[in-house]
Amino acid sequence: MEGFPIISLITFIPVIGMLVILFLPKEKVQNIKITALAATLIQLVLSVILMANYNYSAGGIFEESSFQFIDKFRWINIEGLSWIGTVKIDYFMGVDGISMPMVLLTSIISVIACISSWNISKSLKGYFALFLLLDTGMMGVFVSLDFFLFYVFWELMLLPMYFLIGIWGGPRKEYAAIKFFLYTLLGSIFILIVMLGLYFSAMEILPDGQRVFTFNILTMMDQSNYTQDGILSPFNPNNWRMLAYIALFIGFAIKIPMFPFHTWLPDAHVEAPTPISVILAGVLLKMGTYGILRISYPIFPDITRELAWYIALFGAVNIIYGAFVALAQKDFKKLIAYSSVSHMGYVLLGMASLTTAGINGAILQMFNHGTITAMLFLIVGVVYDRAHTRGLNDFGGLASQMPVYTGFVTVAFFAAIGLPSLSGFISEALVFIGAFHVESIRVITIISTLGILLGAGYMLWAMQRVFFGKLNEKWSGLQDLEMREYIMFIPLTIIIILLGVYPSLMLDVMNTSVNTLVDFVSTNFTNISLGGL
Amino acid sequence: MNYENLYSSLSLIQPEITISVFLLLIVVADLIFDKNKALIPFLALAGLIIASVQVILQVTNTGYAFPFSDVYLSRKGMVTVDAFGAFFKLIIIISSFILVYFSYVSDEIKKSEKNLGEYYALIFGMILGMFFLSSASDLILIYVALELLSLSSYVLAGFSKLRTRNSEASLKYLIYGATSSGLMLFGISIFYGLSGTTNLYEINTFLASHQINHLTLSFASILIFAGIGYKISSVPFHFWTPDVYEGAPISITAYLSVASKAAGFALLVRFIKSAFVTSDDSLGYWEILSVFDWHSLLILVSILTMTLGNLTALWQNNIKRMLAYSSIAHAGYMLLGVAVLSNQGLVAVLIYFFFYLFMNLGAFFIVMLIANKTGSEEIDDYNGLGYTSPFLGVALTLFMVALIGLPPTAGFIGKLYLFIALVDAQMITVAIIALLNTVIALYYYIRVLKHMFLTKSTVETQTVSVIRPNIIFIIFMLAPVLIFGVYFGPVVDFAKRCVQILGL
Repeated sequence: MEGFPIISLITFIPVIGMLVILFLPKEKVQNIKITALAATLIQLVLSVILMANYNYSAGGIFEESSFQFIDKFRWINIEGLSWIGTVKIDYFMGVDGISMPMVLLTSIISVIACISSWNISKSLKGYFALFLLLDTGMMGVFVSLDFFLFYVFWELMLLPMYFLIGIWGGPRKEYAAIKFFLYTLLGSIFILIVMLGLYFSAMEILPDGQRVFTFNILTMMDQSNYTQDGILSPFNPNNWRMLAYIALFIGFAIKIPMFPFHTWLPDAHVEAPTPISVILAGVLLKMGTYGILRISYPIFPDITRELAWYIALFGAVNIIYGAFVALAQKDFKKLIAYSSVSHMGYVLLGMASLTTAGINGAILQMFNHGTITAMLFLIVGVVYDRAHTRGLNDFGGLASQMPVYTGFVTVAFFAAIGLPSLSGFISEALVFIGAFHVESIRVITIISTLGILLGAGYMLWAMQRVFFGKLNEKWSGLQDLEMREYIMFIPLTIIIILLGVYPSLMLDVMNTSVNTLVDFVSTNFTNISLGGL
Repeated sequence: MNYENLYSSLSLIQPEITISVFLLLIVVADLIFDKNKALIPFLALAGLIIASVQVILQVTNTGYAFPFSDVYLSRKGMVTVDAFGAFFKLIIIISSFILVYFSYVSDEIKKSEKNLGEYYALIFGMILGMFFLSSASDLILIYVALELLSLSSYVLAGFSKLRTRNSEASLKYLIYGATSSGLMLFGISIFYGLSGTTNLYEINTFLASHQINHLTLSFASILIFAGIGYKISSVPFHFWTPDVYEGAPISITAYLSVASKAAGFALLVRFIKSAFVTSDDSLGYWEILSVFDWHSLLILVSILTMTLGNLTALWQNNIKRMLAYSSIAHAGYMLLGVAVLSNQGLVAVLIYFFFYLFMNLGAFFIVMLIANKTGSEEIDDYNGLGYTSPFLGVALTLFMVALIGLPPTAGFIGKLYLFIALVDAQMITVAIIALLNTVIALYYYIRVLKHMFLTKSTVETQTVSVIRPNIIFIIFMLAPVLIFGVYFGPVVDFAKRCVQILGL
């Protein structure tokens, strides 16, 4: 793999697909679809190759040498004058155990969503062009190791998402799209301001001995690279690290979405077309938690230790609040949306534990939630395509009408509830093991377990209302799954079962990095003034 | 009279001389070719090309022209030719090139073709005024140049006379303009009364070495700022902007929003730097005389300007009015760069202005093409435009995205450098206010996109077909917006070379 820019290829292959699509005439519907599918499939194949060549013993996190498949070159190089430092920005990408599962998840979900887009009929060309641009934006976020690059990708996906919800969405699409855009942009400005603060606090030493400010995330993790008086420097007694951490956290929390910044999510999910809901729940939400693990944790280990309790608290609120609201829903899609809020709470709780088990659980939960929720949204899509309604109370007895469909639904629902032998169980168990282990958040953890109970409640109740009981005569004409839907459901089901029985497949990938991260967060940046607040 | 001195002075104002000569040529050509005006735009183009070469040479060829008298050893004169001035002259030249094409395509201007000679003569009058504003270092010259610019633009704002709004725009512009230039003249007279000189460098020396009444000086500074603030349409001197922008021909609106603003900014920066700053420190911050608190005034004005501009833009239904308020908001961001009072802040302003030129003029050009065809500037009439004219829709989307300041467009880089300057100067609170403003701004820019792509048209909209030269022109405007968004090194390098203001 030496010298072959596989990471860049994985990131930019959708853009290449997009360019091809833009040059295709819009009547060639089939060609456009196939180009999009080909781009996502190549991306998936490359990700699998990446996984096959992945070195399980390399830790990553703070050491450039232990990152894998690095692509790095000088992107912007502006020589300094006396009064303004040299500006050097790197194009710097690579993977470690935290990003590897996310890369894989993104490519899998992109393929599934692409297949799910097959019956989109309105302005197909625009749809797939935007879809592929979105894909590049998401992938870029997960592989960037330079803050500037990270931010560019982070913002890159806003506009495609706006249009994808706004043009192809449901009745209240305009409201949902602008709400999503405004919320996320609000979050991004917090990220931007912290990024600039960090830029002026950490300096990289170039090979020729020159010291320059940098956007390199890894450089920002090393305490010794900080200047004496930078506003986010741990050496500065009046530093703003605490405030910056909170601002950055809010920026990421909006994406997760964490209570009380979650209100854009139900709107966006309900209005978005099925494939976009799948992307949204499957990948986009993970960018928030990934950002916290990649940037907040290792750059601000001191503040992380300080505030871990609050993160756990917000995690618990997410779990319980999301579950209660889900219980009250009458709309199938909204129920799944709120269950996402609840399930992302587990990720927060696991991360807040700062233990190997907890963080492993959190990352695994990110992956599992990605696959399970993607499947749940596809399930809603299937029934909505046929019946054109999503009201939970409008259905009943579908099990006898659509037996195969109901089979897949059962797998997905039980995985979401956390039934042993399905993937959701492993990650939730790890989260609880990790969190319970830490004395300070034990009470919070115990309260959070209530979420499992509530989860079983809303899921089973929904299942009962839709699939059991007497068949509503109105739906006696519904067809069971067709070929295209099998192609979407089967791989996801396999992943869910496989990771339920043999979670080491994924855990081994992330374990070394998680250990490195836990070790790094618990030992670095000690004995320095916390400043701020 | 020292003739050697005069020659060297004249050689330093070559671009201005070229513009004056071509102004006369246009007037003469207008008289000779009474029936056929097709030649005039090309004459204008020729003048601009010659002037642009001369301006580019000015980046390295610097000096002072027209010194007051030979006694002063410093020989600092009425006109200061330096890289900083050259940068803004370049901005003015580029937008003038674009304006010529704008006018060539515009239906509004075509309808008044028999007045084309006056039109270009007035534009050259504006250019001349703006050139002198960019390098004037004497209060009298500043005032004369400002009046030349203003008088030409008053007439141009009402030029096409096709609608009553034209005349209204012109009259409003004139009344506000006369008031603020009166205020400015009053400020200038107080400055003269205090220091006994109108030369900015001598004022600087005087302020540094004498005890003066701070209250009087502050009063005079604010009055002068009123004149400049009117040109860059900063709050509270912005009231004319929306009405004039809406009423004037689109080509003139676009030109006013970029070129005349550029001249205003050049003047503001040079005025502060030459009259109040004693030296740069090693980090590029300006050591400013404590006689007047420019820092607070500029921060206050810029925050008010951007917030008011953005909040008012939210409610506009006419796209020209919306772009007018958006240009007020952008002036606010750029003022913030000046408020940092450092070379770094100045670099940010230059970069921002360079990108703003392309994205703003690009947006105006597309608005004009649509107005040419549909005759409407209402945002509601843009419904479904993204489907009937996909090229225009996508191009306008990209310009809007750049105006919002999202990566990977040049607009983001402009904002980035601005915020870098702010964070470096530890003006975090101000930076956050400015950033929140960009979120507000998102809403009204996105609204245009919403109408183009999300809302289906209720009536049958015409397809706005675009002829090939226009497509090429739009691509030419889009290219810098996109390319400099991912590769901005050259622009930043150039801007850094151009912050050197002579005179310290």
